Amino acid sequence: MIRAEILRDIAPVIRDHLVVCNIGIPSQELHAIDDQPTNFYMLGTMGLASSIGFGLALAQTRTVIAIDGDGSVLTNLGTLPTIGNNAADNFILLIIDNGSYGSTGDQPTYAGARTSLAEVARACGCEHVVECAAEETRAALEAAIAERRKTVIVAKCESGNEKHPVITMDPVIIRDRFMQAVGA
Amino acid sequence: MTMDHEIAGDLSDAGIEFVTTVPCKQLAGVIAEVDNHPDLLHVPCNKEDEGMGLCAGAWMGGKRPCIIMQNTALGVTVNTLATLIQFYRMPLPMLISYRGELGEPVACQVEMALHTKALLNQLHIPTYHFHRQADVEELPRILDYTFMCNKPVAILTDATFWGGY
Repeated sequence: MIRAEILRDIAPVIRDHLVVCNIGIPSQELHAIDDQPTNFYMLGTMGLASSIGFGLALAQTRTVIAIDGDGSVLTNLGTLPTIGNNAADNFILLIIDNGSYGSTGDQPTYAGARTSLAEVARACGCEHVVECAAEETRAALEAAIAERRKTVIVAKCESGNEKHPVITMDPVIIRDRFMQAVGA
Repeated sequence: MTMDHEIAGDLSDAGIEFVTTVPCKQLAGVIAEVDNHPDLLHVPCNKEDEGMGLCAGAWMGGKRPCIIMQNTALGVTVNTLATLIQFYRMPLPMLISYRGELGEPVACQVEMALHTKALLNQLHIPTYHFHRQADVEELPRILDYTFMCNKPVAILTDATFWGGY
């Protein structure tokens, strides 16, 4: 499975929750597969999906799923201690780990080599870390939502991208639509 | 009432509920006051761009944010300020320790001080510089202004303002 196939599989599960989606192709894929006002698409700022999602989880009570990539987490590794050391039962970090920088041409990441993001997350103080195969992502996500427990899921999948249009929605519209959905 | 206590109170009075910080000697007292304030959720971050991400999320979740940081980190936040805070039009008061000004004992701090106002100016970020202690009286209005216009706003606080450190 590649990232887009995971997104298609989990779309019915994440639809009713707040989603912060990683920059580039991940957001383009999610936008094409299942655009929702509860989706916050990042148009720039690589690495901050987990931070935005965690800030959102700390500020309100609805479940927040930050969909991140292995490359982006490596860009912002400091996010994991912050997540590990602050309480937010409503936060799920889903790292779709395809071992590559998908949006820039599938260059390999260190997460696809010797670095285990699941082990890094555990070492950073994240208590509930689940590493799973792509096919198990949906079940892992459903369990984390049901348990309402701060969870880091590392879903291992194949490298590859689907071709979808760049998101042309104005960022202020994305943000305003999202904030209205948060308040709804 | 100490300056540190007053500043934390001003943040709370402006409706701020979420504060992320990166440590700084000059700001240590304010950070301690923020940490002790019952109405401020203090979430220390590891890097300033990460902190701005937390603030963006907190704001979209309904809590007014603030970041407390040092000017030396302004360089690492340029992309985040431009592509997240400004692009999505979000308010972000940045209470910044202005290291490298008069009274600075560490020469290296001067290097980023030279670029601080130039970078803020280049980014079109409204910038206020607290030099005299009385300048703090303007803080409530600066915070109101920030949440009125939904922009990042910089408040530079130098060593003279803090009475040395």
